[in-house]
Amino acid sequence: MRLNCPLCGPRDRREFYYYGAADYLDRPATDDPDAWDNYLHLRDNPAGVTRDLWYHETGCSQWLQVTRNTVTHDILAVALVADIKGAAK
Amino acid sequence: MRYSGLKVITEGLFGNKGWKPAWRDPAPKAEYDAIIVGGGGHGLATAYYLAKNHGLSNIAVLEKGYLGSGNIGRNTTIVRANYFLPGNSEFYSHSMKLWEGMEAELNYNVMHSQRGLINLFHSDGQRDAFARRGNAMINQGDDAELLDRDGVRKHLPYLDFEQTRFPIHGGLLHRRGGSARHDAVAWGYARGADLRGVDLIQNCEVTGLDIENGVVRGVQTTRGAIRAKKVGLVTAGRSGQTAAMAGLRLPIESHILQAFVTEGLKPVIDHVISFGMGHFYISQSDKGGLVFGGDLDFYASYAARGNLPMVEHVMEAGMTLMPMIGRAKVLRSWGGIMDMTPDGSPIIDKTPIDGLYIDCGWNYGGFKAVPASGWCMAHLMATDQPHEVAKRFRLDRFRAGHLLDEEGTGSQHNLH
Repeated sequence: MRLNCPLCGPRDRREFYYYGAADYLDRPATDDPDAWDNYLHLRDNPAGVTRDLWYHETGCSQWLQVTRNTVTHDILAVALVADIKGAAK
Repeated sequence: MRYSGLKVITEGLFGNKGWKPAWRDPAPKAEYDAIIVGGGGHGLATAYYLAKNHGLSNIAVLEKGYLGSGNIGRNTTIVRANYFLPGNSEFYSHSMKLWEGMEAELNYNVMHSQRGLINLFHSDGQRDAFARRGNAMINQGDDAELLDRDGVRKHLPYLDFEQTRFPIHGGLLHRRGGSARHDAVAWGYARGADLRGVDLIQNCEVTGLDIENGVVRGVQTTRGAIRAKKVGLVTAGRSGQTAAMAGLRLPIESHILQAFVTEGLKPVIDHVISFGMGHFYISQSDKGGLVFGGDLDFYASYAARGNLPMVEHVMEAGMTLMPMIGRAKVLRSWGGIMDMTPDGSPIIDKTPIDGLYIDCGWNYGGFKAVPASGWCMAHLMATDQPHEVAKRFRLDRFRAGHLLDEEGTGSQHNLH
């Protein structure tokens, strides 16, 4: 499996650290326990297209949001989390 | 038909023409008292104990493929009760006792072999942690012996004790641990459930759950609608999809775990050996194949196959621990879909929907749990009360903060 890093190009899976679903980007603004449970623990866990977070540990040290298929292991898109968070602001 | 040594001999004398199928192949009825979704080890055991312990017989197990076609048919078959935390410890202790009586109970040879499990340690700190774990196991009523290096050498003379990265200081021996024939466990429970009147319905995929006003009424399947007063979801790695039919989001992410088998060899490894520092464990099957595995591939996946970096890592760990296996040829490998929870412990609980129960989150430790999981899930479905040894396996424990993080690795799905 290879991820196409926006800064470094196609790189081997071993350069990346997998963190978890992209739910981690939606940190709750409140202290509501349900919102935090949803954020930290509960997952859609789709068999198919998913979005998750990977860290380019031995490359550019950037957090990436990877859109990929959990059934076929196809990588559909890779974006910098910095761009996504920047666009949201 | 009762199986016995005499039966094997007489059948052998008369051309083996008297064997009957081990279970019926019934068409689904319009309604059942209880439906189990998922015909794997846990689902079949649940159905068996619902019939045996709670007197229900109008039960169906719905399986989308064939019985035992999931992880129960492909795993590394380790049976152990070496857990530490209250909540886990009593559950796996209960499971071990059920394993020890399983063959007599089911009249089925599951080839349960208590050959001993040895967990290796490589430092003073690790020895202290293992001593503490061993004490917890003994306090629970199970067995544990702390071995020093010479003690391990007596059992496992072929290990590389002087390896530079992780020299072996000793091990924790769990004599009642061992392995069993994985398929036979599914078949034994299937046959036992069938004999007690449970309908085992294969090639029957559940495509929807009928829920009215927060109460479950039945299921939609590829073989038509079936009504039921109670429905249990026992779908392991696919729990995310079955729970989504009820509008639930689970604290589960499905990950891939690879395992490997070599060609058949003469008996060489007598125990189950766990080399935690190398993320490697190994045993030898009764057919002679070395059965071994490592850690997750670490990314969410339903592909049922892994990637090469973990293959390489597992092989390297095996060669580090026991260079003698280097000439063995790997015959096959596979990737199982593991329902990983944020604390590494399972869930056996009601859901917010009346009559809908869930048994999932077995991470990569589901095999040894099969009998107790079935026992406790059946208890929950029949009585609406959690079983004493499974009362901490709650669906809402993450929200409540009552985690059962056996390894203390933190709240991330792939770290357990």
